[in-house]
Order: sequence, then structure tokens, then C-alpha cells
Amino acid sequence: MYKVYTNIVQISGDVISVEAEGAGYLEIAQVFTRRGVSLAQVIRIERKRVSLQVFAGSRGISTGDRVRFLGHSMRVASGADLMGRVFNGSGLPLDKGPSLNDSLIEVGGLPVNPVKRIIPRKMIRTGIPMIDVFNSLVESQKLPIFSIAGESYNELLARIAIQAEVDIIILGGMGLKYDDYLYFRDTLDERGVISRSILFIHTASDPVVECLLVPDICLAVAEQFALKGKRVLVLLSDMTNFCDALKEIAITMEQVPSNRGYPGDLYSQLASRYEKAVDFDDAGSITILAVTTMPGDDVTHPVPDNTGYITEGQFYLKNGVIEPFGSLSRLKQQVNSKTRDDHRVIMDTMIQLFASYRQALEKQAMGFQMNSWDKKLLFYGKSFENRLMSLKINIPLEEALDLGWRILAESFTPEETGIKKSMIEKYWPAKLGVGSH
Amino acid sequence: MSAKRYGIITQINANMVTVSFDTFVIQNEVAYVIHADERLKSEVISVRDNTAQMQVYESTAGLKVGEKVEFSEGLLSVELGPGLLGQIFDGLQNPLPLLAQKCGYFLKRGFYLDALSHEDTWEFTPLVKPQDRILPGQGLGFVPEKIFKHYIMAPFSLSAASEVVEIAPLGKYSAKQRIALLKDADGKETEVFLNQSWPVKIPIRAYSEKLKPLKPLVTKMRIIDSFFPVALGGTYCLPGPFGAGKTVLQQLTSRHAEVDVVVIAACGERAGEVVETLKTFPKLIDPRTNKPLIDRTIIICNTSSMPVAARESSVYTAVTIAEYYRQMGLHVLLLADSTSRWAQAMREISGRLEEIPGEEAFPAYLESRIASFYERAGLVRLYDGSIGSVTIGGTVSPAGGNFEEPVTQATLKVVGAFHGLSRERSDARRYPAVDPLISWSKYSSFIDQKQVRLGHEILRKSHEIAQMMKVIGEEGTSLADYIVYLKGEFLDFVYLQQNAFDKADEASSKERQVYVFNFIYNILGSEFFFSDNEGARHYFQKLRQLFNGWNSSLWQSDDFKNSEREITLLLNELIQKDRVNV
Repeated sequence: MYKVYTNIVQISGDVISVEAEGAGYLEIAQVFTRRGVSLAQVIRIERKRVSLQVFAGSRGISTGDRVRFLGHSMRVASGADLMGRVFNGSGLPLDKGPSLNDSLIEVGGLPVNPVKRIIPRKMIRTGIPMIDVFNSLVESQKLPIFSIAGESYNELLARIAIQAEVDIIILGGMGLKYDDYLYFRDTLDERGVISRSILFIHTASDPVVECLLVPDICLAVAEQFALKGKRVLVLLSDMTNFCDALKEIAITMEQVPSNRGYPGDLYSQLASRYEKAVDFDDAGSITILAVTTMPGDDVTHPVPDNTGYITEGQFYLKNGVIEPFGSLSRLKQQVNSKTRDDHRVIMDTMIQLFASYRQALEKQAMGFQMNSWDKKLLFYGKSFENRLMSLKINIPLEEALDLGWRILAESFTPEETGIKKSMIEKYWPAKLGVGSH
Repeated sequence: MSAKRYGIITQINANMVTVSFDTFVIQNEVAYVIHADERLKSEVISVRDNTAQMQVYESTAGLKVGEKVEFSEGLLSVELGPGLLGQIFDGLQNPLPLLAQKCGYFLKRGFYLDALSHEDTWEFTPLVKPQDRILPGQGLGFVPEKIFKHYIMAPFSLSAASEVVEIAPLGKYSAKQRIALLKDADGKETEVFLNQSWPVKIPIRAYSEKLKPLKPLVTKMRIIDSFFPVALGGTYCLPGPFGAGKTVLQQLTSRHAEVDVVVIAACGERAGEVVETLKTFPKLIDPRTNKPLIDRTIIICNTSSMPVAARESSVYTAVTIAEYYRQMGLHVLLLADSTSRWAQAMREISGRLEEIPGEEAFPAYLESRIASFYERAGLVRLYDGSIGSVTIGGTVSPAGGNFEEPVTQATLKVVGAFHGLSRERSDARRYPAVDPLISWSKYSSFIDQKQVRLGHEILRKSHEIAQMMKVIGEEGTSLADYIVYLKGEFLDFVYLQQNAFDKADEASSKERQVYVFNFIYNILGSEFFFSDNEGARHYFQKLRQLFNGWNSSLWQSDDFKNSEREITLLLNELIQKDRVNV
């Protein structure tokens, strides 16, 4: 029933062109090579010449190989059977389980009508004070972790996944080191959440183009669960690899590059994935946390730059901690007024004082005199860094707020914090004062 | 009309299809790609020999070579008439709430609805009688729409003065019923309905003259109104890196600006931000009219995950609707967020047309497109002598926050005011993060010129001293310089910065700005005597704290007056009455 063509007229990069009729744009095809069967997707049609990106790469494809068009766009199985399973970037099992072909859904579906969205209102607690107190993560938020190679961003992702109160966790690995994949799998297993997790893993050793499907597959599966009322957390690592694969295909297709070789539609490509994060007005939600490694620690690089314009804030992971400056949760205002009445006060005051601490540090480094206020700031800053900022700390929000008060009280007099009287009376720790350290 | 014309798809490249035809096509003509039972809207954007290249306003997934395309004869148009206010449309003017009722969660491809209900009836009051001579755009009567008299105007497309042949009497009419019949000098008759349509890419020019924008548009943001004002009928741009607060500033402006109608074009940005406007505006009351804000608002929303080509058209849809309300003698503010996404949509399409790229792969015509968009703003005198205006404010999202990039540069050439947001200011939590050292405006403020000049001067000097202090330290700075530095910081903290989360501070009326700035002007121009830097800093800290209390008290309330008294007391302690130059 499927049409098979054998006339491959061009192979260039990971794109092949075949002479065929009746192929639809973005349709999926199978390419039968001596190495096995690979999926391919139509990315351009010029009369009879159909160009396809081959997800397993073009290496070893012969001009006489068969191409079979499947008559539909990319599909993936959905539903509860996926739970606890591991698949590769094309949706085939990586574990020893059976391959799934039930309730297939198309990936890269339609955009959500904005009027069916609601204003996000539920906080996701992570147990990390730098997130919960200072930049609360909100259900349906899309948030990247900006980092550089070598930082422990995957550990951070895994930690959030384990502690977040969500129904389902979907992990999409793009160019993931095999060790990191094992780390994710084992950690989720040890902490007993693997049974409500689904993993789609493209490792660094897999063909580059194959990672293009990973975000779409993850989000399509997530969307099905969300429509059934589930709260889904999607973790993606690392989106920079995804963008590099886009770049590779664009260059092969001789598209005019816009910025450092990336295609002009990079923004739209990223947006169509990140915008899948949603809180439906009468169903579930999708929250997206995505690692974006910044080449050369440069936030103006096209990938982090375009990402920043799309997402609702970002966490900067630098030197093993979430940087208080530069990190931002645009949605925190939606939730942090409903947690505890001192949440915003602690958030604002501690950050302002921490900014002053950084200035005092600078002053110290320049060799200027330290006055008594500077010395208090230095004491405060160190205390903040050691007791709140470290990622090793794992305490609930309320405990973190109490700790914040304690740190303030150990460092300053109430007046010096500028916090209004009613709050001081309610929360300032009684027995501590300046000098108790 | 002649029989329908068809073409055949020969190539597909993302959202661009190439179509061969054998009769003729019209540049920018709308056509429909027929794919099974779907009809996908598209537009002819270039023609060569007997093939036309068309951008498709929908996802092209599944399209095949050989599929039919039906040409429509018309250019991409919007429907204009009563019922637009309070609506939310996509870039092609599909009403999204109705679409949600029909299609559920998702935006179904190729599903188009009437922009305005054709069933609803409106109470029409005629203003002309048979044999009257009327001009294009002239009101034939009106219907009540929310808080306005919505004029039913003679078609803007009338070639010249026409005569009224028939006019409907007072009564209720729907969009399907004829309201009037007009006849021009050549005897050609034109039927008039409640609604008329207009091609989005052509400006409406049914007015007698375009005037110079002189009157300030009050946004109630102090840094804008006092320092970098916008005029009614003027243009301004808001470039800034991500996270600097462009959208928040636009949202505040859409709430507080003193205009009749606000059109919000959410172009290629986050859906979440539109949702916030959508869900909060019906509950917020406009103090000027005591009606919900949504009643004066129209939202055109083509968020980043919606099809790219429709993003390109959404700003045109928005500006055409703005022009339409201007024709009724209203002042309209169009807020476009973000024009960079619109420019990127042009870039994507240009790339697929294989045009020779300009800087950063933007097409060579980027500048002229941006210019002609902003040129649709303006203050106009209509044929009946009344005045209407369209003011355009566009955000720009420069790559890497670098203002040297083409979209920012092309925009700066054509706008009347530049509100540059900086990362330094937003990192320091100095909101709104409009950087007073780089921003400018060609319009004049309602604050006295001389006072504003002193403000600018102090800010500049204060910045220079701050830079110097980084090298030589506070102890190496002279007291006189240190005081100038403190004055600059004081002005920044108590006047330029505004707390968007404070009920009183979030919007500052014109009277209040004039009053408070005059007060501050006196402080800035005064000489202070302190014994040392430390004393000066403490004094200004105290002053700043009192001012914060003043800012968060309601205009002319008891709190307001008490704060003012406290401040005056503090000032009298140290101030030397003689004015000096800084």
C-alpha cells in the first residue's frame, strides 16, 4: 500500500533527495539501507524532487536504496503504557520492553488557543531555597537553566524532577552523555519515581539529526497526558544540541544563515516547542525545564539569547550555585504572595542586601577602606552563600524563610534591613541580635 | 465576475509554496490552498513567468505537489465595524474566543470565522438625509458601542464625493442589512452596510490633512511623560534585552495611557502575557470612564507558536483597526510587541524567496517596511474638522541586547522617541529600566523645558562621578561632587523609578508629575551644606525614604500632604535658599 522509490538523486549532509510523487510536506518515510531502517522526514519538495532529512544520518546510504513514504507525519505512542519506559530519539524502545504502537499521536501538533489558557497560579516546590524563595518555579512555566559545560545541570534537573509534586516526568535527552543517561535512569529508579517517568534518550553517540525529534516527541506525549488532567514536568537536556542540529540541516539545505550560522527561524523553532508549556483552563498542565549550555559562557550567543526571549525567566547555574543575579522567574509574582506573608519581604530584602554585599566585595578587592557597614555586609554575604545558596541544601520553603530571618538577625539590626515594622514584630527572631555571632 | 482562477502547487518549502497558473494573478492577492477538505489562506508575494510564490498563513504539513490553489481576487483585508472593541483576534482577524467554543483547546488549521457577528443587531441613528453630499469616511449615522458613538462611515474606498440616495431610518440593524445607498458623480451606486472591509497593507487616507503631533500623550509613567515624552499621533520604540521589562512597561501603558482606544498587537511573543491581559482587563476599571478596561481595548494576538506568516500580517491588521477608530475622531494607541518578531517573519520569508540577504540576513527592504509601518501613525484633521490620532509604540527585541542590530537601527531612524531599556538598570532592579542616559524624545513634555534640562544634566554628571568613584573610591571624591552624585541618585530613585506593584505609585497623573517635579527641581537646584560625605549620604537616604512614602500616597490625600510636610521640614534644616548652578 505504501509507495516505494529507489531513485535517490542526491545525498548531502544528512539530507537525501529522491524522485517521488505524492509525498506530503513533513511526511515521514523509511529509508532501507544496508545498515538497517532509518526514519526520514520530508523537508522540501520541488516538483518531483523530494528532500528528506534522515534521522539516522546519511552515512552508508546508497543511491539505490529504497525509500518508503508512510503517508503520515511523525507519530508516537501515547498513554499509560509508556510509564517507566526508555525510548530513543525516534521513539523506539531502548530498554528491553516491547515496542508500542497503540494510540499513536502526531507530534508537533497545533498551537493552543490563547483563550483556553489560564494565568498560572500553582507553585512547584523544589526544596531548593534559591528557587523556592527567590525565583519560585510555577506550574506551566517554561524555564531554561543557562549553564556551561562541566556544571552540574543534569544533577539539578534530576533533583527538581524527584522533588517536584507532579504526576508525570518526561525526560528528553539530546546529545546526552551515556553516563548522564545512566545517572538519570538510576537516580529516578533509586528515588522510586521511575514508574511515573518516561525517558526519550538521544545520546552523544547517536546521529546528530536524530535529536531533532526529541523535544517534539516529549511534548506531544506530555500534551496527551495534560489533556487528561495530569500535571506533567518535561525536562530537556540540552537544547543547544537541538539548535546545533537545526543549524546543520539549515546549512545543508543552503538556507541563508542569520547569526553565527543559525537559521533565521531559530526563534520560531524554539518558540513552537517552549510554547507547548501550558496550563489548560479545565485540564492539566505542562511545565518545561530545559538545559541550555552557553558556548563560551556567552549569554548573547544566539541559542541562549533567543531562548531568553521566549521563556519565562531563566536560572543561571554558575560555579555550582544558582546565581541570584541574572536568574529570574517571571511568574514568581503569581504565586509568592500566597505562600507566607513574609515571602516577598525576605526575597526582596535579602537580594538587595546581597547586591550591597557584592559591592562591598568589589570595594574590598580594590583595596578601599571597609567601614562598619561594609563589614556587616561581608558577614551577611558569606552566611547567605553558605547557608542558603548552596545546592546541597534541601529544605522546605517555610524553613528557608525562617533561616532567612535568622541570617538577617545575626548580621543586622532590624532598622538596617529596612523591613517594615509590622513584619519585624511578627518574624524577627527574638533572642538574636547583632554580635551574637 | 469571471470564473474562478486556479493554480497548481509545484514546490513546497516550509510555509512558502510555489504555484503555477495559466491565466493571471494579482500581487498580494489572497488565495486558498485546497488540501482535502481544508482551505488554507495564503498570499501571493512574488510572481515570475507563470509561477507565483505564496506564503501560507497556516502550517503546510501534509501539502503535496499537484494540489489546487484557488485565487480570490481580493487583497488581505480586515472587517471593520461595531463589535471590534473588547475582542481578541488572531493575526488574520479570527475571533479567538469563538474559535475556542467551536474547536476547543487548539487552533484548528484552515478554520476561519467572521471577525464580527453578522447576526447581532445595533441601534442605528442616521445623521444624513437623501441628497446630502458626503465624502469618503464621513459618518452617515452611528451605533452605540461600549462607551463610544461608533460612526458608520461612508466607505473609505469611495473615489470622490457622493450623494446619499437612501438612508435607513432609526432602528435596529444587523451587518447583513443595507444602511445606505450612495451614488457618485458618474452615477455609480455603492451600498453601505454596518461593516466595511479594508486591505490591511494600505493606509486609510480619508482625512483632510495630517498635523504635527504636539500634544503630549499621558502614559502616567514619570520617566516617559517628564523626560522622554510621547505625543498623540507620534511614534516611539522600546528596545531592550530579554528580562529588561519591555512587556511589563507595555502592559502598564496599555492600562494607564490617556487615550480613547488601545489596540494591542501581541506579535510573536509569549501566549502567557496575552492571557494575563485577557483575564485581568475585564476586571480592571478604567478611572476615566468607570468601565472595564477591556471595553476600550482590542487585542490582536499572534503568539510565537502560531504560524509565522500570520505574524507578519498581524501588525497590519492591528494598525488598520487603529486607523478605523481614528476616523471617528478618537485617539488610538497601538502597542506592538514585538516588532522584531515581525521583522524576523519577514526575514524567514525573504530567505525562502532566496532574496539577496542584507545585514544579519534581514531583507534589504526591512528599513522601508519598518518606516512605512510607523508612518501610519499620525494626528489627522478629518473632513468634518474633528481630530483623531494613531500613536504607535513598538518594542524591539535586539539579538544579544545589542542596539546596533538592523531592526533597532531601522526603527530609530523613523520614530519620534526612543526608550532604551538596559540590562544594567534591570539587574539593579531600577524599574522601569528605561536608561535616561541613552534615551531621547523629539516631542515636548508638559513639564517646563528648563526644569527637564536640569534633570538631564544632573543625571549625566551624577553618572560621570559614579564612574570616577569606582576608580578613586568614595574617600577620594570631593564633597561637592559627591553631593551631585547623590542628587542624581535621588532623582533616579524617587522620580524616574516607579513601583508597578504599588497602587498609588504605578500611575502618576499629569498634575502630580508637574507638582512633584517642580518640588524636586527646587531640591536639585539648591545648595546643601554638609560636613562630610557620610552626613550627605545619610541626609539623602532619609530624604529618599520620605519621598518613597510620598510616592505611595494617593494624590492630594492626607498621607500625601503629611509626607510633603515632613519633607519640607527636613529640607528647611539644611537647604540654602539661593539657587545655584550645578
